[in-house]
Amino acid sequence: MQIEFVLNDKQTVWEVSPDEFLADTLRKHGLLSIRKGCNTSNCGLCTVWIDGKPTLSCSVLSFRVEGKTVTTIEGVSEEAADFARILVAEGADQCGFCSPGFVMTVLALKRELTAPTEEEVVHYLTGNLCRCTGYLGQMRAVKTYLGVTQR
Amino acid sequence: MKLVGKGVPKIDGMAIATGKPVYTEDLVLANALVVKILRSPHAFARITSIDVAKAAALEGVECVLTYRDVPQNRFTLAGQSYPEPSPYDRLILDPIVRYIGDEVAVVAAVDEKTAAQALELIQVEYEVFEPVLDFETAIGHSSVVHPEDDVHCNFDIGMVKDRNIVSTQKWEVGNIEEELRKCDVVVEETFYTQANAQCMMETQRAFNYLDHLGRLVVVSSTQVPFHARRMLARAFDLPTSRIRVIKPRIGGGFGSKQTSCVEIFTAAVTLKTGKPAILVYDREETFTCTTSRHAMRLKVTLGADKEGVIRAVDIQGLSDTGAYGEHASTVFMVTGEKTLPLYNKTKAVRFMGHVVYTNKPAAGAYRGYGATQGTFALESAVNLLAEKMGLDPAELRLKNIAREGEPFLGYKGDILESSALNRCIEKGKELIGWAAKYPKQEYGGSKVRGIGMAVTMQGSGIANIDTASAEVRLNDNGDFSLLIGSTDMGTGSDTILAQMAAEVLEVSLNQIIVHAADTDVSPFDPGSYASSTTYVTGMAVVRAAEDLKQQILAEGAKFLQATEEEVEFNGHTVRVTGTEKMIGLKKLAQQVVVGPDHRQLVGNATYGSPISPPPFIAGFAEVEVDRETGKVELLDFAAVVDCGTVINPHLARIQVEGGLVQGIGMALYEDVRYDNKGKLLTNSFMQYKIPCRKDIGTVRVAFKESFEPTGPFGAKSVGEVVINTPAAAIAAAVYHAVGVRITRLPITPEKVFISLTACNTPFGAQGHPPS
Amino acid sequence: MFTVGRLAQPNTIGEAYRVLTEERDAAILGGCAFLRMGSRKISTAIDLTNLGLKGIREHADWLEIGAMTTFRMLETDPLTSKRFDGVLVEAVKQVLGVQFRNLVTVGATVFSKYGFSDLIPALLVLETEVELANAGRITLETFLNRPSGKDILLRVWIRQDGRRAAYRSFRNSASDFPVLTAAVSWLPGQGRIVIGARPSKAEIAVKASQILSEMDFDGPKIDEIASIAAAEMSFGSNMRGSAEYRRELCKVLVKRAVAEVAACK
Repeated sequence: MQIEFVLNDKQTVWEVSPDEFLADTLRKHGLLSIRKGCNTSNCGLCTVWIDGKPTLSCSVLSFRVEGKTVTTIEGVSEEAADFARILVAEGADQCGFCSPGFVMTVLALKRELTAPTEEEVVHYLTGNLCRCTGYLGQMRAVKTYLGVTQR
Repeated sequence: MKLVGKGVPKIDGMAIATGKPVYTEDLVLANALVVKILRSPHAFARITSIDVAKAAALEGVECVLTYRDVPQNRFTLAGQSYPEPSPYDRLILDPIVRYIGDEVAVVAAVDEKTAAQALELIQVEYEVFEPVLDFETAIGHSSVVHPEDDVHCNFDIGMVKDRNIVSTQKWEVGNIEEELRKCDVVVEETFYTQANAQCMMETQRAFNYLDHLGRLVVVSSTQVPFHARRMLARAFDLPTSRIRVIKPRIGGGFGSKQTSCVEIFTAAVTLKTGKPAILVYDREETFTCTTSRHAMRLKVTLGADKEGVIRAVDIQGLSDTGAYGEHASTVFMVTGEKTLPLYNKTKAVRFMGHVVYTNKPAAGAYRGYGATQGTFALESAVNLLAEKMGLDPAELRLKNIAREGEPFLGYKGDILESSALNRCIEKGKELIGWAAKYPKQEYGGSKVRGIGMAVTMQGSGIANIDTASAEVRLNDNGDFSLLIGSTDMGTGSDTILAQMAAEVLEVSLNQIIVHAADTDVSPFDPGSYASSTTYVTGMAVVRAAEDLKQQILAEGAKFLQATEEEVEFNGHTVRVTGTEKMIGLKKLAQQVVVGPDHRQLVGNATYGSPISPPPFIAGFAEVEVDRETGKVELLDFAAVVDCGTVINPHLARIQVEGGLVQGIGMALYEDVRYDNKGKLLTNSFMQYKIPCRKDIGTVRVAFKESFEPTGPFGAKSVGEVVINTPAAAIAAAVYHAVGVRITRLPITPEKVFISLTACNTPFGAQGHPPS
Repeated sequence: MFTVGRLAQPNTIGEAYRVLTEERDAAILGGCAFLRMGSRKISTAIDLTNLGLKGIREHADWLEIGAMTTFRMLETDPLTSKRFDGVLVEAVKQVLGVQFRNLVTVGATVFSKYGFSDLIPALLVLETEVELANAGRITLETFLNRPSGKDILLRVWIRQDGRRAAYRSFRNSASDFPVLTAAVSWLPGQGRIVIGARPSKAEIAVKASQILSEMDFDGPKIDEIASIAAAEMSFGSNMRGSAEYRRELCKVLVKRAVAEVAACK
């Protein structure tokens, strides 16, 4: 079936099957920042925005983005690079495999929350697993980026 | 120093942090066949018939392989230096399957959906045997996990195959029984550490193809490209020169990718069909069909004199290596080797025991590699000794640890040249607030707090075995190529090694082009495991850079018509000291490559160390225990680290934080569990819980540098030691809080609750630990 | 791998119900997170996107929550987040991360009757009804206790009676399924205690609820209510905990939830 939607600000028409998940469709079309880290919707690596809301692309059937806006890190590259620079300066990029999903969630957080506390930041980012950093370096980078004050 | 000691960003940082396609799956050729594996539903069985006709006939299926279609030379998947201390107990496909998930058939098709359909069309019949599931009853079990005749050991690891024993070990210094008899205080306790999964975010995957020379080119998410190449050569009876292994950016490993699980299957498909092939393990396969940490039972007996000087340490162990023995003997050896030398006032020490086969997924390498299990047992026993003798646990450590300048068991009695562990303990006490908070704090209500500590050591590379080479080449334009075989799995080792080379050559980091981990191009390197990269590869890099620097001086001198003693190099120019006679680096580079006296300059070096200098950590935990539920909340963890000179403080800090959090998961909730038929229950992130952001409270990290004379710029290592302290420190903190001593990990709320209610008052109510 | 033969996107509820009941191996698509994990072969997948079932609306006495409303909407919409002492927020905010909660729907969760659900006990402790395409509007309690059949959950209705409420869960780690859940609500003469993740699905602790309805929140009574709740419920063992431990946890969670409700009385 055909789906028509906006991908990274571009009107897009793709052919998908009804049981195809968005993460696979995106990768098939060259959006290789999308990673699948688990089978059970737990890791957050595949996070994209659908109508601006962070969502697990591995668990969204592709036909469901009909008429919607989908954003991947490729579509917000300047903003992503701004945060990535801070993350990399901290050394918290490490293996980088969780980074795109994590960066997308951080950028979504910046848009959705106003002056969040540290607790609110942790709560918002909980769905992004990381095995390399232990989360602390990531939090230092996020706090620098957001200018968060400690509670 | 300009670069060493600075927190420079990783050279690949921006690319990986913004999702650039630089990992294995991103690089695969568009028409590669998708490989999928049919797996055994039985823990122990023999395939009596296997019919693949329908699967092979399915449109889009290119090949279906069973044990009849692949070479039958036994080999090991282990990433270890040759000759491997691992039994050659694997076949590519074996008519005997030894765990639920063991490989039965390999399918390659045009896409994933077709391959998955084909798997369902394969018909297999099995003769099912009784599996060996409990490692404590494996020895002498009526079922023999490896009944075949052609298991080969390169050297004697104490295998008694027919009794399911992979390795038997005994290491004794002094007379342990006699020394224990002389001790004033003896404590004995048995500890159990559970299997854990590494859970790196990128699962195992590899693809391969035949190049223009008909060679097999493998691109793999691997920690050990050279070992993988050798393994493939043996498994397929090919010369190693016909195989090339390349490691791109990879998404973590922690030891999981030191066992080459997937490359044999893609290779089998490509060698059969001539077509490129890719195999990506999903998360379930990664949990079920790769390797995890060895579960162990460790009985520790400690004896001390009445002053609290530890005179005797005995560790008797049993280790569960699962269905295959890749890392069986080495992990077990490290359990004793990287714990017993911590305390050097001992008159006798002993480490002994067995590693057994069971019908469960194989155990393998996971950060810490035996030292983690050993540290939990030994440090818990030392804390028990402190309790029994009424001594402060930190004071007990300070009294007993091997200090810098003292004889060290790890060096067979030679002097320990670098250790700041005593300063780490002092600093750690300060950070956690030991003086005010030890042992516990009551606030009224149902919750109570306690603190505890543990110390640990590891190694830096494997003494007399790990050897790494490095090349630094001066290119025609005045920049440098650094050729290394080590495998940066996210740690930033490519960056750190470039920092070292740039420091020696006195140039900036962006003048160094790093090329790593391609067996056709890179000098030999064992790969990133055993905490070897900074120390072993690093030293090779330093020496190669120094070699090149000497050559630059020599050529520069020639050009300036001076002697080598008269010239100096500052990264920009070679100059006759005290004069204006000089030549710029760029010009010199062009001269040596294309000028009249052409000789392209390449510095190279090989390094291997006769010692494995230990990094040390002192870890301190503060917990709050809810007496009504048994829930343990980790409020604060402070770790102070001696890894020698810190080459990159940002990257080192993240290594420590990451390792501590893995150790915290191991301490409190990570647990590999099976049902009573041997089926893995914890086969997803839904069931196997690694720490999430909310689980981690305050973690503080500090460094106390020592200077290791045999290491690059005085560095040792930090990659593995970081995971070892949390379990014992947290267990001790729980004990001090509520008097409950957990000896079997993980420290779950239910276990604490059961112990609390079993102990009854005065615990439950007032909570004073019994003396 | 989960497969779908064809996709139906009906424009009316009647059409959706017809497809569900008349076609073999037809299934409603909810948030799809759990569907993805299985190997179900669905011949006709029914997508309810066109039925206008996403959203939270306020009526005079009732809150209306469409079946396709996500957990994240419950968490952030003031209509739900600021009612009933935030009990719905307390329940859903524990579930993994925001990306997951942007997907998981109220309808799919309630219809599934998952034992581990955090949302169901929070709904059950309020006066909640579910509206089904065929069975019409029934109490959540009735729905949970009757056998599953072919139907479509359209809306969840919560009476806006201003009752006090509290939600507690116990987990072995922050992002794990709960070992046990407990929800308590109170209006004068209408106390209710619900226990979930037993590990089976949430149920009302009838005797304990009765006592709660009659009492005045003094200390010793709270312990008694908690013990009665633990004694009257049935518990099971699984990887996350034993039945005996769940029973002990029940006492603690009920005690703490009742105390919390008492404090805001």
